[in-house]
Amino acid sequence: MKGTPSGGLRGVRSDFPILRERPGGRPLVYLDSGATSQKPKVVIDAVSEHLARHNANIHRGVYPLAQEADAAFDRARERVAAFVGAPVRGTVFTKNATEAINLVAYSWGQANVKAGDAVLITQMEHHANLVPWQQLCRQTGATLRWLEVDEHGRISLDALDAELARGDVRLLAVAHVSNVLGTINPVAEMTARARAAGALTLIDGAQAVPQMPVDFASSGADFYVWTGHKALGPTGIGVLHARPELLEEMPPFLTGGDMIASVSLQETTWNEVPFKFEAGTPPIAEAVGLAAAVDYLDGLGMERVRAHELELTEYMLSRLGEVPGVRVVGPAKASERGALASFTVEGMHPHDVAELLGREGVCVRAGHHCAQPLMRCLGVAATARASLGVYNDRSDVDALVTALVAGREVFGL
Amino acid sequence: MDDLYRDYILDHYKHPRNFGELEPHDLEAMEHNPLCGDELGVQIRVRDGRIEDLRFNGHGCAISQAAASIASEELKGMSLQEAGELPADWMIELLGIPVSATRRKCALLNLKVVKGAVTGQGDWPA
Repeated sequence: MKGTPSGGLRGVRSDFPILRERPGGRPLVYLDSGATSQKPKVVIDAVSEHLARHNANIHRGVYPLAQEADAAFDRARERVAAFVGAPVRGTVFTKNATEAINLVAYSWGQANVKAGDAVLITQMEHHANLVPWQQLCRQTGATLRWLEVDEHGRISLDALDAELARGDVRLLAVAHVSNVLGTINPVAEMTARARAAGALTLIDGAQAVPQMPVDFASSGADFYVWTGHKALGPTGIGVLHARPELLEEMPPFLTGGDMIASVSLQETTWNEVPFKFEAGTPPIAEAVGLAAAVDYLDGLGMERVRAHELELTEYMLSRLGEVPGVRVVGPAKASERGALASFTVEGMHPHDVAELLGREGVCVRAGHHCAQPLMRCLGVAATARASLGVYNDRSDVDALVTALVAGREVFGL
Repeated sequence: MDDLYRDYILDHYKHPRNFGELEPHDLEAMEHNPLCGDELGVQIRVRDGRIEDLRFNGHGCAISQAAASIASEELKGMSLQEAGELPADWMIELLGIPVSATRRKCALLNLKVVKGAVTGQGDWPA
């Protein structure tokens, strides 16, 4: 595997049509993959091809076109499950990762969490892995507790042990990779400790799946969720992986068509898993697009993707360190973090940083990144965040640094 | 010269007028910018139905801080009724810079908090 001298994955950049766009007459420097990834042509073509040639509703028609759509959707589920080593029957398509977490909170949570129980999260969770648990605890009388983040952006396993030792934790919900700090949490270690204490685990893999090898089985998680659009796929599709036996015990989340076995006016029996959790027409073209995305990622090789992003993250941390007044939050070592850097610039608000970078064609996110409790812990209202994808190379990081230096000059810094 | 970050905008950002605490005060309010989590509060002292004095407090971007600072100088002496009816354009014109749709809330946050303090209605200014 070798990258190009520019630190990119060979040939990848030209696979992404949008990177040839020149908004405002400038080259596009896209550093917001943590919010959503750009899409390779093979994904765009797969969605387009499906809609142009194979579109029909699934699980209903007996005509040949409907069978093509059925086959495409089934194949997509098999591909997506295989990509992360998850069972096909334990792979549910949702709208996004947020809906997948809500599915677990409402279906498993309402049936299994009671007053006196606790749900354990961490201080670095995205609102998607916080608010559903807050709601569940409010509705059931359970308690929401959280593990604090230390000054290096890490969670203490001793603190986890202490929380689990209280004996009331029914579920541990934690991000695989923090969308703000970049911290890679030791999820296999955490899920093993939770299981030993009799707690189930949900891992939010929205930031992890696009950038590193993920294996559902070895993660030890009971539930693992992620989203298609951050992993080179279309918007409108997320994924929940769980052990099929666990899904079988759970009541349905959303009800309606397609998720039933038989319906009378008085009573309904549920379809088998995973269909029990896919009420109504699912995101069919999106599933086909996501299958093309994971095919593309597998073609690159997730080990190569991780090596590329690690090398580029190291470069980004080093270059950002050259700019006066820039403070990067999260682990200092690139090996302990995903491919992003959240930072503040002394004397400049992150929105002004993002505005000035945007004018130079450099796309970064500014704000609280849907993680307000973490922002309070870091003592900042907001940060700017540059996040990397498979298509970035050193020239993107150089453009970021050049624009940052120019932006500081506008502010007289 | 930069269109948005003009010298007077940056001057108000770096040296905001009428920021801090005001004791005693008669009215106060606090608002968030949901886009970024920024907070802006205001304390107002009233005399004869007019804003005698006011102070903003909080943190935010250059646009929101400069807008509050510039507005504070115009709001002193204004009747409560007039302040409560100020339209969004009043603030945009006072700023004198092209405010994009995404930065509009930054510019209007101070007016929202002032109108909230004066009228009890914390809607975004139209």
